[in-house]
Amino acid sequence: MAATQFIDLAELADRIPDGAFLALPPDYSNVPMAMTHALLRRPARDMRLLCVPTSGIQADLLIGAGCVAAIECAAVSLGEQGPAPRFTNAVVNGSLKFVDSTCPAIHAALQASEKGLPFMPLRGILGSDILANRPDWKVIDNPFAEEKDPIVLLPAIRPDFAVFHARWADRQGNVWIGRRRELMTMAHAARRSFVTVEAVFDGDLLAEDELAAGTIPGIYVDAVALAPRGAWPMGLADLYAPDVAHLADYAKLARSDAGFREYLAQNHLEPAHAG
Amino acid sequence: MPADATVAKAALWRREELLIAVLARLLDGVDHVAVGASSPIPGAAALLARALSKGDTRVSVLGSRRHNPFTEGGRELFDCAAQGRIGAFFLGGGEIDGQANINLVGMGDYPRLDVRFPGSFGSAYLYMLIPRVILFREEHTRRVMVPRVNFISAPGTSDPGVHRPGGPYALVTNLAKFDFDRERRSFSLATVHPGHSAADVAEATGFEYDQPAAVPATEPPPPEWLELLRGRIADELAETYPKFAKAVFGVEAAA
Repeated sequence: MAATQFIDLAELADRIPDGAFLALPPDYSNVPMAMTHALLRRPARDMRLLCVPTSGIQADLLIGAGCVAAIECAAVSLGEQGPAPRFTNAVVNGSLKFVDSTCPAIHAALQASEKGLPFMPLRGILGSDILANRPDWKVIDNPFAEEKDPIVLLPAIRPDFAVFHARWADRQGNVWIGRRRELMTMAHAARRSFVTVEAVFDGDLLAEDELAAGTIPGIYVDAVALAPRGAWPMGLADLYAPDVAHLADYAKLARSDAGFREYLAQNHLEPAHAG
Repeated sequence: MPADATVAKAALWRREELLIAVLARLLDGVDHVAVGASSPIPGAAALLARALSKGDTRVSVLGSRRHNPFTEGGRELFDCAAQGRIGAFFLGGGEIDGQANINLVGMGDYPRLDVRFPGSFGSAYLYMLIPRVILFREEHTRRVMVPRVNFISAPGTSDPGVHRPGGPYALVTNLAKFDFDRERRSFSLATVHPGHSAADVAEATGFEYDQPAAVPATEPPPPEWLELLRGRIADELAETYPKFAKAVFGVEAAA
């Protein structure tokens, strides 16, 4: 396994090719917004997004800016700020290929990949129109049951890249995520993981159990870039809270095409903007 | 009760506080209640139920740091539910029908949608596995309470032979509380909230349901519950739902 590379943010974004299949974390978990801004400035094209298992402003921005060809998700929403306007708009006007899923199915399909398995069975879902619209999901009879017991099988999902933000990486490329272990699953399942961090940890994150338990080993981490406050306007646990006023402003502006363009101009199309 | 007395009494609590009390009563005796995304009223109800149970009821609020015990990432809630470790959960719906099917995806001829909702989240799974699922939607109109949902995010009932320890338990709205009978696959009107009548409910509901000859009024929140809500629960809630806590209780989130 090659050593983790430390590169700058623009280069990190440049190494994610157009058309790549990206796994994104949910809004409560280390959203790589600075990296997203770099993808918008490029701009990236034809991205395929997997929300693990939901997304908010990150997916909404990429969709609104025309970076996304397809999305698989359990939901896209701005939470307390209401619907994700660019996602909603793109679905209704038919400009986005979307695949509806449900949270545990996305988690389980990634777990299949981290185990190197072709599929994973999952309870529930039977009778849902999500299943009715997923020709890639199959229903079999539980081979271990004596009575008829239908159960759903999900094919493994293997993203090209897991992208997320974290508090620290050490110089060996170990990345501390605390209790946000969906990031661990994403990193295990994806071919590559690109991570932005608040700071470089001066030491070995695997040296003591207190930190090692919440650390993704560098084995799974391909590249790291420094991005202080790199989750803004989302928050990062224990360090900074989401910028609620900014998110409310986005929710309002993004309702119209013109407002969305105004938001991009104000915030992201100027490379010097640091938030 | 004379009309002026109703007004005086109604002024003692807010609509949200009544709904929180109704939901908290439905959690009586539950060991572990989980609350999903974007659910401030259910979140408050769960925190109130925990306070009233003197800690016997465990609460897991998604999106919360302090009121969420999970250490295995987003999947732990689902794994926990499949093992039977979660007793109650709340689900909503852009549309809800008389068989308790819920639609969180959108309106129109899927996938060509005219209106898009956020998505199904974990509903397709949790509705099947958690014993006491409480449907909660503030808006009670024929737009929401429909004869048949456009898209079944999660089915209200299942055929025999499908593994389904979970399912709908009650439906609570701005107007009323319904119970759900899984055998008969239908709702029955249980109580109507103060200020509304059974006729208002019938007018606003697009699906068929059962109704007793006399429908009792929903019990309002007792003063000691209101005191808890406006103090400790409001503070606990502000961490996850700052906008709601400020609007309803006038409480700011701690820095």
